[in-house]
Amino acid sequence: MADVTNGLEARIALGGSSDLRRFAPALASIIVFGIFCTALPPVAAGETFRFVWPWIPALGIDLSFVVDGLALTFALLITGIGALVLLYTAAYFQKHPGLWRLLTLLGLFELSMLGLVLADNLIVMFVFWELTTITSFLLVGFDHDKADARAKALQALLVTAAGGLVLLAGLILLGALAGTYEASALPALGDMTRGDPMYVVVFALVFVGAMTKSALIPFHFWLPNAMAAPTPVSAYLHSATMVKAGIYLLARLMPALGGTELWFWTLTLFGGTTAVLASVWALRQSDMKLALAHTTVMALGTLAMFLGGGTVYALAGAAAFLVVHAFYKASLFLVVGIIDKQTGTRRIEELGGLGRRMKLTWAITLLAALSMAGVPPLMGFIAKELQYEAALGAASSPFLVAGFAMAANAMMVAIAANIALRPFLGRTTEATAAASEPPFAMWIGPAVLALGGLLFGLFPDVLGDFLVEPTISAKAGEPTEITLKLWHGINVPLMMSVVTLAGGGIIFFAATAIRKRLAAAEAGGLWDAERGYDRALGGLKATAMWQTQLIQNGRLVHYVWWTLVSFAVLLWSAIVIGGGIGVPTLPSLAVVEWALLGLIAFAAVAVPLTQSRTTALLSLGILGAGIALLFVLYGAVDVAITQLLVETLVVVLIAVALLRLPRLRLPRGSAAPGVAWGRLGLSALVGTGVGVGLLAVLATPFDRTITDFYDAASVPDAFGRNVVNVILVDFRALDTYGEIAVVVFAALGALALLRVKPAKEPSGDQA
Amino acid sequence: MNSIILLAGARILTPLMLAFSLFVLLRGHNEPGGGFIGGLVAATAFALYAKATSTTATVQALRMQPATVAALGLALATLAGLWGLIGAGNFLMGMWPLLATAADGAKVGLPIGSVLLFDIGVYLVVVGSVLTILLALEDDVAEAERRPEAE
Repeated sequence: MADVTNGLEARIALGGSSDLRRFAPALASIIVFGIFCTALPPVAAGETFRFVWPWIPALGIDLSFVVDGLALTFALLITGIGALVLLYTAAYFQKHPGLWRLLTLLGLFELSMLGLVLADNLIVMFVFWELTTITSFLLVGFDHDKADARAKALQALLVTAAGGLVLLAGLILLGALAGTYEASALPALGDMTRGDPMYVVVFALVFVGAMTKSALIPFHFWLPNAMAAPTPVSAYLHSATMVKAGIYLLARLMPALGGTELWFWTLTLFGGTTAVLASVWALRQSDMKLALAHTTVMALGTLAMFLGGGTVYALAGAAAFLVVHAFYKASLFLVVGIIDKQTGTRRIEELGGLGRRMKLTWAITLLAALSMAGVPPLMGFIAKELQYEAALGAASSPFLVAGFAMAANAMMVAIAANIALRPFLGRTTEATAAASEPPFAMWIGPAVLALGGLLFGLFPDVLGDFLVEPTISAKAGEPTEITLKLWHGINVPLMMSVVTLAGGGIIFFAATAIRKRLAAAEAGGLWDAERGYDRALGGLKATAMWQTQLIQNGRLVHYVWWTLVSFAVLLWSAIVIGGGIGVPTLPSLAVVEWALLGLIAFAAVAVPLTQSRTTALLSLGILGAGIALLFVLYGAVDVAITQLLVETLVVVLIAVALLRLPRLRLPRGSAAPGVAWGRLGLSALVGTGVGVGLLAVLATPFDRTITDFYDAASVPDAFGRNVVNVILVDFRALDTYGEIAVVVFAALGALALLRVKPAKEPSGDQA
Repeated sequence: MNSIILLAGARILTPLMLAFSLFVLLRGHNEPGGGFIGGLVAATAFALYAKATSTTATVQALRMQPATVAALGLALATLAGLWGLIGAGNFLMGMWPLLATAADGAKVGLPIGSVLLFDIGVYLVVVGSVLTILLALEDDVAEAERRPEAE
């Protein structure tokens, strides 16, 4: 009875659907989150957990997973935010027919992401890396009946998967340098990998992989485009998890690759440029979701920049910002989703006066936006102070890092204010007139995340001891202590914060003008990294089209031509590389053999010269029979029988097909004169090539090891005197097995080709 | 093809060739022959039968579609492989259930086992595949002849 009432209450609270199973994924995620929480105290005390199952021991690849500070921080973000997003999705898509598909994909993505951050073996990590790419492709293209969503999903897939391949090359190289694929073994080998001449290559490959995944310039364009995804997906993938994978990778490999000038400067410059430019682009957006997407790019740039900072403070700044950003960004994404759901628009100029109708939503938004703006006492403030502290001590250039960080943060303040104030204040618009508060399952997620930002801000030690310190200990490769405080006294970072807030305020009030200016500049053809992608894709398609038309244009003659050309090239390269043409010594032949050779040669010449297809066919038969007789003369009876039977059947088959073939000779003058000579030349090349090749093979001394083994083993081991057959069905039966499988599939393919008739052309088209 | 002579000849030759193909299949382990050659002989026998009668009659004589014969052959070969896998731990390992080790270490008995099963599989694959293509081709040509306007 109690169950029934509980269920009823839940049903009323959650918005009236009867099927509560849709909340099961969220529940599962919460349970996993709880399990990871139990690992917090021991990990904070410096312990790490490692789990290993053998997978491919021959290659040094094991299914090894490790739970250290870095992995645990990510795992908690993934499962915690995952649970809230799954809960939100269950409400947001309550009546959507694709609800279960979305929940399944989100669940699969969550698992892939967990595998990615927990994997210790780099190859295993790469496998999960690609799994996140594939699941995110399916998630971005969730509305697969929209061409736009499909194109953008494909773009995200191509950019991140291409980067994934580059990364794989980098990881394999790194594994070869270090002699191990275990990430946990890399810190000890750091000096060795950094000193290797291949270090630059490894770093470049790994960095490109991280750039594509984490949307750093010039690969940033896919992330805002991936906003074609449903809002909960964006909140999850594009705020807290997937896009952070590149940052995670850099952090994980930092002990092995970091600490060089190259590392400092590359990360600082790419990260800083991305942060500032993305903030400018974010200002330009009037769609709130797109604005948030661009600020995510900004956050990723900032994270990369501080990872490049090199000092402990820089690491702490990155780690704190990682957590902070995940909290406020996921919260804001979900809030934008709520506004979108309740009003039908995300455009900031169409919204106003929501504060009166959605007080709760406004409160959540304000809280999250304050964290984003870095206002005390929220967690965002602490992270920003740490950033400035770190910037002043940056290993690359304090001036540059501090400049980048302040410029980007000032714009963040403006955007946060924009999202938290403009839709909620002012006059009620057409869209907002009927808006109301969302159901519980939708507001609880962002509320928890926004409150988290406040609590961590009030109790910074929790964040510092349990997340930031273990994280940077794992990154730096040694235990590290750092104290997070709200109030450090009046110092330089505080002054910088004040300046940032003031600057943000100015930008906020000038926002509309700035947006117009930026729109005008964009219309003028500024910043077009996406065009490079379009060009590359277009070029790829054009090349594919060109080579398909050249090689596979549907005419059998072309296929044969290109097959023979490739064969001739291979054959002659082998001959030339293998020592050139020796002068063959003609063996002395008996009269019978000469007669047979004459017959074969006569038949071979007759085939191309005859005007009649029947004559050509019979000549081919004679040729085959002549070769079979040669086999008989040399005692290869099995081969001879096979040859004869195949010849017989080929004649039967071609005889049937003969009736369907077009005329043998094209009318005179219909083909270019060069074509016939070209074919003659190719035939001569292939023919002489095979001849010379065979002579070369015969000239080398024959290694009898294998032959002797088969001869000796045939009767005692396989109980057969016919060695040829014993090899076929016993010693090398696996080869035969593969061959007969191919034969069956070839027959089925032929059957399909013959049975499936081409669709009749509409009669109206033909005159 | 309506030829009395061919039909009369095929009536006698097809069974003879089929019997011969089985003979070739079985002797293959010790003398020239084996599943592949035997299969080719059997395919030729059926090709002759198809020429003399019709494709439908040939399928009737086969009792099943030729593609099914091919698939059956592949299944038998797989079975032979699994036998070795289960019995000796290796896929396609030769199994000889009718052989016993005599006191002096020599093997005595009938050397028949998974290898023959595999060879029969090869035989059926060859017959089935050749006939699949041949009969489909014949049907295609016959159909094209029925509607000359399509050319």
